Amino acid sequence: MIETCPIELTVNGRRRALEVAVHHTLLDVLRDDLQLTGTKECCLVGECGACTVIVDGRTVDSCLMLAVEADGAEITTVEGLAPEGRLSPLQQAFLDRGAAQCGFCIPGQLMSAHALLASNPHPTVAEVQEGLAGNLCRCAGYRQISAAVLATAEGAER
Amino acid sequence: MSTSRIGASPTRVGGHGRVTGLQQYVADIRLQDVLQVKLVTLDCARARIISIDTSAAEQVPGVHLVMTAADLPQPVPRFGPQFVDRPVLAVGETKYHGEPVAAVAADTKDAAEEAARLVRVEHEELPAIFSVAAALDPDAVLVQDPAIRPNDPLARTNVLREHRFGWGDVEAAAASADLVVEGSYVFPMVTHFAIEPHGFMAAPDGDGIAVWSSIQHPNWLQKILAKLLDLPLAKVRVFAPDPGGGFGGKQHTKFEPLVAFMALETGRPCRLILTLEETFQAVRRVSTEVHVRTGFRTDGTLVFRDVEANYLIGAYADIADRTVSKGSYASCGPYRIPAARILARSILSHTPPSTAFRGFGNPQPIWAVESNMDDAARALGIDPLELRLRNLPRKGEAFIPYDTPADGDWEQTVRRAAELIGWGTPLPPGRGRGLAVGMKSGPTTGLSYSTVRLLADGSVVVYAGTSDMGQGARTVFAQIAAEELGAPHDWVTVVMGDTAVVPYDQQTSASRSTVLMGNAVLRACRDVQAQLRAMAARLHGVDESEIVVERGVVRLPDRVLPIIDVLKPGLGRLGGELIGNGEMRKDAEPDHPLGGSAAFFEFNCTAIEAEVDEATGDVTLLRHATVSDVGRAINPLQVRAQDEGAAIQGLGHTLMEHYIFDESGRIRNLGAIDYRIPTSMDLPLELLSETVENDDGPGPYGSKGMSEGALLCVAPAVAAAVRDATGAVIRDLPLTPERVWRALQERPTR
Repeated sequence: MIETCPIELTVNGRRRALEVAVHHTLLDVLRDDLQLTGTKECCLVGECGACTVIVDGRTVDSCLMLAVEADGAEITTVEGLAPEGRLSPLQQAFLDRGAAQCGFCIPGQLMSAHALLASNPHPTVAEVQEGLAGNLCRCAGYRQISAAVLATAEGAER
Repeated sequence: MSTSRIGASPTRVGGHGRVTGLQQYVADIRLQDVLQVKLVTLDCARARIISIDTSAAEQVPGVHLVMTAADLPQPVPRFGPQFVDRPVLAVGETKYHGEPVAAVAADTKDAAEEAARLVRVEHEELPAIFSVAAALDPDAVLVQDPAIRPNDPLARTNVLREHRFGWGDVEAAAASADLVVEGSYVFPMVTHFAIEPHGFMAAPDGDGIAVWSSIQHPNWLQKILAKLLDLPLAKVRVFAPDPGGGFGGKQHTKFEPLVAFMALETGRPCRLILTLEETFQAVRRVSTEVHVRTGFRTDGTLVFRDVEANYLIGAYADIADRTVSKGSYASCGPYRIPAARILARSILSHTPPSTAFRGFGNPQPIWAVESNMDDAARALGIDPLELRLRNLPRKGEAFIPYDTPADGDWEQTVRRAAELIGWGTPLPPGRGRGLAVGMKSGPTTGLSYSTVRLLADGSVVVYAGTSDMGQGARTVFAQIAAEELGAPHDWVTVVMGDTAVVPYDQQTSASRSTVLMGNAVLRACRDVQAQLRAMAARLHGVDESEIVVERGVVRLPDRVLPIIDVLKPGLGRLGGELIGNGEMRKDAEPDHPLGGSAAFFEFNCTAIEAEVDEATGDVTLLRHATVSDVGRAINPLQVRAQDEGAAIQGLGHTLMEHYIFDESGRIRNLGAIDYRIPTSMDLPLELLSETVENDDGPGPYGSKGMSEGALLCVAPAVAAAVRDATGAVIRDLPLTPERVWRALQERPTR
């Protein structure tokens, strides 16, 4: 028998009451229970960053957090960045700078970048590279991604 | 109208989905009543399977099927793109760590995983082959059952194929050389590490089957499945959602047949998403040991080259042997060489099957041959740049006999890369420079069809069977159609990834799609333009011969009209559309050693300035210049991203990536914790990417393929810079800090 537990999450501003398996990760619940498949699954050991989401203002590898640990938390996923279908400046900058190639790592990159800019609105190149060091991109569009983050920061300044 | 859309960088088609999370990769597609599949594997490479007890696994609630080889048609079906050698499930013995012996299908992932753990496989571990030396030992066990390749004189060896190429008289040339430089160079096993792990689904579909796969070659998969399942092609529908990175690792059929048999057995959709660890066991680059011997005159002129390359492929051939033949064929490099001898072997081993990987068998000999050029430059006392320039063929000059002549101004590329890092200017102590060239034959055969529909309002739908795995093929095809048919870029839809809808395309590989499919799209547009010409002749009472339709406009004798102004009245009240078809074919050449000459060459020069921490062996790249001859960049933003991406991916096998095996053939650094790929913190301090564009490629508007070039010669350029900086000589990749540190301790006194 799989043991379950009731939890409540606020995901992208929407309150969700769920009965989740106690061993399921936040990633499992986002993708399989809530059908929010924008958050991606790759390494499952917290190294690739594809599953990055924001939990109570901090970036988390959702593959490393049990869903029950997120009980009561406020969570933002990539689907929460453009709630009315209008791209955020960060998403627009990713498009304009060609940062999304195959695109699989991009949701995670966006969440890390979003959190970085929230805590450091005017990062240097080095700070962006360090801030996104936990997000692997095998297309290796790192410079395009950095450029998008920096352009967003500059745009916010104007 | 100007050529404004060509050479511009409009927003990526499919980009919106990629930045919103709405893009659906295989693992994101939800099928009703789907069963989750988990593979059952053994914890060693080679083992004899004595018995498989599935009873406990079958008791797990929610389990619908535990499939073993015994449940498959007998003999167990085998498949492969080049050799029909890989069984759907292991038969009798496993041949590599990770080869599935059974698979479970259950209602949930939890149940599938639990049941997979409960499948009891009684087995006996057997001696196995993990190296070139062990494989070539006359007493070596055979990896492959000789019955798989009857009538092959090599069947009783571990050599799958030997390839011999060459020209001129090497022995005579060797006698006349002033200097002979030789060395052996090792290239490790590395893995693709696409961030999207491979995903496969299959479902019964009426009297046929539907299959979803993150695959680069959907039509090739369709052909293999049709054969295995004894179905007509029309009853095998392959959905190929854009792969989340391919790099060659998703070219060919892997577990689609297994999932298809499971779906047919259960009557339900079955879904297998590999873990990252399982992808390490599914795909890798061929590791290679290359011995190079090259003769020179004292002025640096090449006299002969003799290459022996032993490629350690895996337990099954996949497309690895083709990487061996194609990579070794070009292994003498982009040089004028009067005499060449090339011997390459595809050697079977009890390791994960290797396959295509960006560069397709070329980076391995390039590592060797370009390092050998650097060794020679030192021995001759000639600047390494000058040594290359002295031997590069000029544009139009044949350099591999009977193949495509040099198709670019390669000297321009090499000089520019050198210039970008200030070649020849003084450097502070402790720093060094290195430079190398990389060349790769493009596709040797090809067949692409495209259909283009010009709809009544002037918008366009393009059908192209290419897989857009990040290179941006959709965008390039949209640009071509927009340019030719005069539609706004965002009025073009590009449909891919469904064999029931999209016309045939041979494959997405060898950086071919802009050239081959691009030409098919262009020809389909030309077909539509021809119909517009007839339409305009009818509407305006002018002879067709007096009308030209090109680049979005209709040129009448007395005026120029936008296409829409002919299309709308031409279609009339009922509306409708114009449908154009285009075909681009590069036929096989039966007498050619590779079955076909190069459609184009990818040519790159990489120049590096590096510094080495003598205490730790850590290499810092201060400048990394990559210059690629791309003919014409249809989309410069995407070209640069591909060029930089290839360069950085090349830094992976150069500085950090390699499989480490234990004595049982298990990959010890399996997964993202212990196997490192470049992150945003591993970039060169300056990365300079430029293109040479002389509009001299065979693709639309003079374009060439370019997505692999910048990876080809990263390793020899970096190693040459490290040597220039420190005197340390390294012939085994990767240049890990430990390896560099050891080489520093052993370096010859300068």
